Amino acid sequence: MPSAFLPEEYLPIVIFMMIVIAFGLGTLAAGIIFRPKRPYREKLVPYESGNPPVGEPRYRFSVKFYIIAMLFVIFDVEAVFLYPWAIVFDKIGLFALVEMLLFIAVLVVGYVYAWKKEAFRWD
Amino acid sequence: MNFLEAAMQPGSVDFLYNIAIIVIKILVVFGVIMLHVAYATYFERKTIGHMQVRLGPMRVGPHGLLQPIADGIKLFFKEDIIPAQSDKPVFFVAPVISLVAALTSLAVIPFFDGFVIADINVGLLFVLAMSSLGSYGIILAGWSSNSKYSFLGGLRSAAQIISYEIAMGLSLVGVMMLSGSMNLTEIVKAQEHYPLGMFLFPQLIACFVYTISVIAETNRAPFDLPEAESELVAGYFVEYSGMRYGLFFIAEYTAMIIMASIGIVCFLGGWNGPFEIPYVPFAWFFLKLYLLIFVYYWIRATLPRYRYDHLMDLGWKVLIPLALLNIVVTGIVKVLL
Repeated sequence: MPSAFLPEEYLPIVIFMMIVIAFGLGTLAAGIIFRPKRPYREKLVPYESGNPPVGEPRYRFSVKFYIIAMLFVIFDVEAVFLYPWAIVFDKIGLFALVEMLLFIAVLVVGYVYAWKKEAFRWD
Repeated sequence: MNFLEAAMQPGSVDFLYNIAIIVIKILVVFGVIMLHVAYATYFERKTIGHMQVRLGPMRVGPHGLLQPIADGIKLFFKEDIIPAQSDKPVFFVAPVISLVAALTSLAVIPFFDGFVIADINVGLLFVLAMSSLGSYGIILAGWSSNSKYSFLGGLRSAAQIISYEIAMGLSLVGVMMLSGSMNLTEIVKAQEHYPLGMFLFPQLIACFVYTISVIAETNRAPFDLPEAESELVAGYFVEYSGMRYGLFFIAEYTAMIIMASIGIVCFLGGWNGPFEIPYVPFAWFFLKLYLLIFVYYWIRATLPRYRYDHLMDLGWKVLIPLALLNIVVTGIVKVLL
């Protein structure tokens, strides 16, 4: 019987996570004893195909990445609305279908708008 | 029984016993999957080698069978180079984030009937959430290395992963509609009444969309632009070396195994097969897993890399509409029948 504050079926996931973190940090920490450490200036410079690095690495990047991130938020929220609907689809039937067709129609309007505004183009 | 209350009772044997069972289960799954990750690299090199009329690794052990172990030992003993201008705390934590995000999903995958570490109701949602978290590790690694290659690789990777994640998430809605559940065990059981005990045929479009999205999600060829070795060297982990690089490597191969497992659970009937194999309840699951892993390599050996704008076009203009169409078609068919 799951309690309100600590649903017990999630406990194994927490333990799993702790074991994985311990594994990750453990292998890195254990390696300190065995691996060599001989740093010098050239070794610690960012790799740029053997040439000395030119300019700032964190330069301006295309605004397209930003638009993609915004579109992702919108579509992902829509997808999250679809999940519970899909689960109870059997119990509601035709009404659920009509309602979801309307919902997807609204989604498609926004999608077509984004397409027409060329949000998906990479030039 | 509430675990919190039980934990507070002094000397509650039941509680400790349950924890011990859980820990043993986790260690078994963890060990088995680590072994699979190690030999997935061997399998990949052999497969691609033979497809290109080479032999692949042959030196270490018979037919190079000890190669993955040699590679692991080598990574462990390599110097850990930390670029002078990197953002140290973020640089340190990024591979661990990747690793945790990839490996924790193993907790909800049913390898055979009744064997699942955490039988939660929202298993599918959990896996999707964890695969989203993986992009944090990638973008943080790319940003903190303070290198142009890794910065660009991290950005590309994050954009690609979030684009294809929508298509992947939407393609699984059809499966949820047919099974009425997000619990992975129940999804497998719901498939028993369908042709061949699989959702493959009623959800053919979804399976197609899922397969392509997964290849993009795991940054595999032909969608391996984030780590395109001919233009970005290695992408977001250029500056990582030694075991830190090893952790990214483990995370990537585990992600492949997890995505293939979800494909098996959702479309290929999970642990069920045409006939029962006695004493090895997980046999069919792992056979299907090896088949899918082989398909990954086959695709990698066959197809050339995509161009970045084509990749984004495919995700946004083809796969997402297809996935939405699949939802509508599934809904209409379900109401009519």
